[in-house]
Amino acid sequence: MKTKSIINSRDIPMLVVMILFVLMFGVGSVMFRGFFSMQNFLNLFIDNAYLIIMAVGMTFVIISGGIDLSVGSMLALSTMVTSSLLEKSHWNPVCVILIVLAMGVALGLFMGYLIRKFDLPPFIVTLAGLYFARGLCYVVSVDTIAINDGFWQTMAHGQINIIGNNFISPSVIIAIVVLIAGIFISRSTKFGRTVFAIGGNEQSAVLMGLPVARTKVLLYAFSGFCSALAGIVFTFYTLSGYALDGSGMEMDAIATVVIGGTLLTGGVGSILGTLFGVFIYGTIQVLIVFQGTLNSWWTRIAVGFLVCVFCVFQRILESRGTKEKRKDTSAKAEKTPVKG
Amino acid sequence: MVGWKSLTRNKLFWPIVALAILMLFNLFFTPHFFRVEIKEGHLYGNVIDILKNGAPIMLLAIGLTLVIATKGIDISVGSIVAISAGVVAMLIGGDLKGVPKFPIPYAMGVALLISIVAGCWNGLLVSRVGMQPMIATLILMVAGRGIAMVTTNAMVVWLYAKPFAFLGQGYWLGLPFSIYIVAFLVLLTAFVTRRTALGLFIESVGINPTAARFAGINAKNIIFGVYAFSGFCAGVSGLVVCSTVMSADGNNAGLGYELNGILAVVLGGTSMNGGKFYLLGSIVGALIVQTLTTTIYAFNVPPEIAQVVKALVVWIVCLLQSGKFRSTFAAMFGKRELSV
Repeated sequence: MKTKSIINSRDIPMLVVMILFVLMFGVGSVMFRGFFSMQNFLNLFIDNAYLIIMAVGMTFVIISGGIDLSVGSMLALSTMVTSSLLEKSHWNPVCVILIVLAMGVALGLFMGYLIRKFDLPPFIVTLAGLYFARGLCYVVSVDTIAINDGFWQTMAHGQINIIGNNFISPSVIIAIVVLIAGIFISRSTKFGRTVFAIGGNEQSAVLMGLPVARTKVLLYAFSGFCSALAGIVFTFYTLSGYALDGSGMEMDAIATVVIGGTLLTGGVGSILGTLFGVFIYGTIQVLIVFQGTLNSWWTRIAVGFLVCVFCVFQRILESRGTKEKRKDTSAKAEKTPVKG
Repeated sequence: MVGWKSLTRNKLFWPIVALAILMLFNLFFTPHFFRVEIKEGHLYGNVIDILKNGAPIMLLAIGLTLVIATKGIDISVGSIVAISAGVVAMLIGGDLKGVPKFPIPYAMGVALLISIVAGCWNGLLVSRVGMQPMIATLILMVAGRGIAMVTTNAMVVWLYAKPFAFLGQGYWLGLPFSIYIVAFLVLLTAFVTRRTALGLFIESVGINPTAARFAGINAKNIIFGVYAFSGFCAGVSGLVVCSTVMSADGNNAGLGYELNGILAVVLGGTSMNGGKFYLLGSIVGALIVQTLTTTIYAFNVPPEIAQVVKALVVWIVCLLQSGKFRSTFAAMFGKRELSV
């Protein structure tokens, strides 16, 4: 019998991402004065609250072996509809939030239905969704719409003090609630476990009698819900709606999920890992700001590079995993006494 | 009715019918759509404009056709267009008197070389590392825009070198010069894929890579090759785009081209599931896309909203290509499903 190693090979990506985050934050603290502070860490939450929310939805989709490219445009559409309903139609904030969330769910349901019912590849359906939502933004308005609504203003400027002089924004609370809900759903509900089963092997999941069809549709609806909510939180952050908001954000969301150790082939992943993925993404941005001379476009290049490294890393782990499995089974086969 | 049947079986039949219907619509509803005038020895008119403006998409579609035939996808083409445009613009330089910084052929050569390198990068990730085509090219799709912005220092570079304008704006024998580039590339690609076994190799890789490998086809090299070729086509497209507007805008050059390109290929009859490909079909597909765009513009609809229409068309075409949708549809009308 092989002794069980202390670290499960499945936890390696998670460990790597944690170490990488600590390392990056450490390097920043050594290089730049004022980098290492509680507030700077909390800023990662404040500046990326919308990304955390979006990435939670994306994690579920990717664990199921699918992909949702429409999230960035969905966020933009959500900011546009929010600002337009608030400022041009003067609706009640609660109504606006409900309508925007319903819209996200509806588009997600529609795409999920196409993917599930007609076996269409998720990326092409959601790629069309990307352009559909982005185009609708321009239908709402071509210009930026500023939000002056009272409720939005309080949400944007609100500060909640924790530990000394450090503060977080109300958006962070929403993000954390979504995060905890995501962790709970993925670990302890039938829906969450079915998502993992679909990602592992869809046919087996069907044969096990799991509600694959329903789960697959709901999955995209959930992702749509998350990106619509992310859009609302984004308007708390920017206090405006603009049709070009969140362009390329689908990549950011996918990047954070992949960096967080979720396998693109599906079946393996964790919401907590995604949180660390967001931290690393945020730290890159902060590092580039602190560095000062680099163009903000370098963030994109750096994130693309990191995703690439992590994908290659995943592939290596995967091929090692299958080799180990093969060894294990062959070793077992040798040890099994031949009945004669 | 043997003749009719063989006609409808021809893969080019339906794309051409779609194009004809679109043209017919324009004949009735868009005034002066078919008017072609001769000014200064060139042909002018909407139809010529469609050919001219459709050239970049046609060029992309040639490369994309081969990629999609291998059951792959390349969504980085839009970004490669931006990179190619950026590189050629920076090398020629924005000199007001039109004196190029480097010789124009040299600048074009370098831009194409960099595009091919970008394509090879995609090919490497897909064929050697084993990443899903979607993700591998998504990395370059987003990082590529960053690279394009960094090449042009995040500015729009304007060009004044007259000879370079010929590529995208020049006329030869009364027709836009870019059309000859498209024709040349299509003929070359058709010759190489149809007169040699290469086309069959590509199709067999798309239908079943494992079987292709057992048949002695080096699937990895074929896949690597098609991505490199797609990069090259995108590079040529970038040169034409840059020359048409005589400027390079890292943010907007080639924006949304990946969807248009994929749409053209899929409309042309090549299935997203890989296998048989139709180069001429893709060209007709690109013409449909361009005619659709022109028609939308002719109705004074903002260009951004055209995206919504295109997204809808993608969804519909995907549905029509899905075997499941066809069988459901057939069942609805009480027809017996055709045995495949």
